[in-house]
Amino acid sequence: MGNFYTDNEDIQSYFEILDVRSLAEMVEDYAENGDADYVPENLEDAVDGYRRILEIVGQVAAETLAKNAQQVDEEGNTLNPDGTVTLHPLVQENLKRMTQADMMGFTLPRRYGGLNCPTTIYTMATEIVSRGDTSFMNMFGLQGIAETINAFASQEIKDETLSRFCRGEVTGAMVLTEPDAGSDLQAVRLRADYDEASGQWLLNGVKRFITNGCGEILLTLARSEHEISDGSGLSLFISERNECVKVRHLEHKLGIHGSPTCELVFTNCPAKLIGERRRGLMTYVMALMNGARLGIAAQSLGTAEAAFRLARTYAYTRHQFRAPIEVLPPVAEMLTDSKVSIEAARALAYETAAVCDREQYALRLSETVAELPADKAKKMKQLSRQLKRLNAMLTPMSKLYGSEMCNKVTYDAIQVLGGSGYMKDYAAERYARDARITNIYEGTSQLQVVAAIKGVTSGTFQNYVEEFEQTVFEDAELESLKKELVCAKEKILEAVTYVKGESITYVDLHARRLVEMAMSVIIGHYLLKQAVKFPRKKVIAKYFIEREMPKIESARLAVLSGNRMAVDHYLEIVGPVPEVE
Amino acid sequence: MAFNSIVCVKQVPDTANVTANAMTPEGTVNRGALPAIFNPEDLHALETALEIRDRWGGTVTVISMGPPKASEVLRACLYRGADRAILITDRRAAASDTLATSYILSKAVETVGNYDFVFCGRQAIDGDTAQTGPQIAEKLEVPQVTYLEEVLDLTRDSSGKGTAKLRRNTGNGWEIVETQLPALVTVVETANEPRPMAAKKVLRYKNMVVPAEVDEVKAQQLKEKGLLLEQWTLDDIHADLERCGLAGSPTKVFRIESIILTKGGYVAVPATEEGIQNLVHELIVDRTL
Repeated sequence: MGNFYTDNEDIQSYFEILDVRSLAEMVEDYAENGDADYVPENLEDAVDGYRRILEIVGQVAAETLAKNAQQVDEEGNTLNPDGTVTLHPLVQENLKRMTQADMMGFTLPRRYGGLNCPTTIYTMATEIVSRGDTSFMNMFGLQGIAETINAFASQEIKDETLSRFCRGEVTGAMVLTEPDAGSDLQAVRLRADYDEASGQWLLNGVKRFITNGCGEILLTLARSEHEISDGSGLSLFISERNECVKVRHLEHKLGIHGSPTCELVFTNCPAKLIGERRRGLMTYVMALMNGARLGIAAQSLGTAEAAFRLARTYAYTRHQFRAPIEVLPPVAEMLTDSKVSIEAARALAYETAAVCDREQYALRLSETVAELPADKAKKMKQLSRQLKRLNAMLTPMSKLYGSEMCNKVTYDAIQVLGGSGYMKDYAAERYARDARITNIYEGTSQLQVVAAIKGVTSGTFQNYVEEFEQTVFEDAELESLKKELVCAKEKILEAVTYVKGESITYVDLHARRLVEMAMSVIIGHYLLKQAVKFPRKKVIAKYFIEREMPKIESARLAVLSGNRMAVDHYLEIVGPVPEVE
Repeated sequence: MAFNSIVCVKQVPDTANVTANAMTPEGTVNRGALPAIFNPEDLHALETALEIRDRWGGTVTVISMGPPKASEVLRACLYRGADRAILITDRRAAASDTLATSYILSKAVETVGNYDFVFCGRQAIDGDTAQTGPQIAEKLEVPQVTYLEEVLDLTRDSSGKGTAKLRRNTGNGWEIVETQLPALVTVVETANEPRPMAAKKVLRYKNMVVPAEVDEVKAQQLKEKGLLLEQWTLDDIHADLERCGLAGSPTKVFRIESIILTKGGYVAVPATEEGIQNLVHELIVDRTL
């Protein structure tokens, strides 16, 4: 009997690396949790509970999700003539098992039947689920919808919906994109009109590329202020699945076939407003998206982990030239690169998750605890703002790094398997197809750069890494690696200063290089920190830093070059638009 | 139309995962290297009982006989949704064979009372006898249906008499049988897919133990928190001590032999006519062929 948690020592080590006990303290220090017969006795008990929960996820992922994944991928879901969707029987079984295991209210308060876990533990669970089946993560990972309801909706809506999520009776969808509003959500057109007669909002319009759009609870971004054409005219609505919303089309996709991607048509669909009007995109969807982006980082990790393990096993068992192919240096390097990149991405994603936990805690304390002395409340507010800024940089970085890593690792897994990897006989090709969406949805990599670059140029990055630089390592090798990171930071700051003197176009052109350099330095510090407690991490940190340093130098040269040919000579280089035959 | 089930479960050494350390140098079983697990087919028996409760209502009570540490399998049942779990633990029950064990379990079933089904796994992976279930049925004087694969229908007439329509695996096919209730049913692993543990129940029951595992003060504290499992002795189930333990076990072990397979090197057989002939000759002399 396999278990994707207990067989993964790296995930387990984060209980120590991130001091999970302190995260437990934060989520347990919250009166709104409510009582239940499964409340932990103390913090040790809570942390032990997290391990138990992950063991259960690990077992379901290994024994159910992974076992079903191939057939789900081959057969997919079914669109019925009446505009409903029938999930593949094995997807239904996956959902049933996860519900039986109490996994569908992972972070929700106990008063609704949730497990009240920190975001960090949820992120681990998301990785484990994705290793079983990347596409099922989209069912498991949509718990952010319930979280959004919990954070912003009225008590009445919360009472109506949240316990049903926890009982696994409903799944949700975030209904945002439209045919002409993809990356640019400010252009959303779906209409919301308040009907005085019935005293409710009515939604009309079309939504496209909606993950799990056939779910029972829809959170829909719609234009409630028709005179305002930008994002501030949008509000967020909640509705139940009914005959006023039809699935017009089920997309045929490259990968994640188990996850139904729907085109939805709303016809006078009754809906309720979440929170306040006009805050739909700017406040609620942004919060929802941040959580979802971290989820994709975790999804990327799980998919890459699955592909790596397959490639690692194959390289050991496959003999050519009278030896296992893993003794061939180019094969060995693909595998060491993959493993180090996975651990680097995990460090970034889990550290980001812990920052999310701390941010949420500080925000809640500053807003809800009335008896907090004024100076302490002010401090909490400051801390919360500071963490929010940090998070606004780290979350897009986690998604950017994780999803690009996932694509590279799954691509190389096929390469390690060679001809066999290209065939359907092995799961390698499925992992690569599933991986391909991770750097597209919830904001493309290019958009993650847009979100992260501000943190790199505004001082957030500098302040953050300079805290790490304070550490003096007793181990001379670690100290010398740290010095390399300090030197790399100086190069980044030099490049940042340079681009500040250039046009916005130039910054946009080179932003990705700057963000990637910054990510390498941040991850380098995480890995050095880990190396103190975990001797095996020393070689990982060294490999990572030695690998990244030349890339940082190369990126620095590119940024300082003043080269803007991609923009200035665009038409000369790409030529005319190809004629359509 | 609820149906109450009693499920008999057993903690067994994990004989499926024998490692190099499974035997001590003296040739006895190294208990430390063979982790104790939930007997696999008993999990399917439990799942059958839980599915009946999900569909028709009723209760699921689990009983197990074993040392105090066998409380682990009872917790595992509670994690999956059993309503009640009882451990029969008594030194006087040690060394019971299947006859004595089935007697003790039948007395425990009678003590629980008010049941429609007694479910057992087909057999345990340590003894592989498949006798205990049928012997319990004989002692309870209830019908037995072995090798259950599917519960087709349950009904209860106006007088309250229950009937079950069941499909059993006959090894080379299947057979549908109808039985009056109460009945004893043994379950095979193809019957169902056992459900995963439910996280909230794990969080609730993970610190639960039987009184024999802790001192009296701790036991009292746990009892107040509802974290003490039920523990019965042979007196609690009014068992005749002559029929329990060694005294009640007519199975006499003739001899226990420890077989240690040692690798004494190997002989390379040349792939020639003569080489093969020599090998065959040697195997005949050795009485292998």
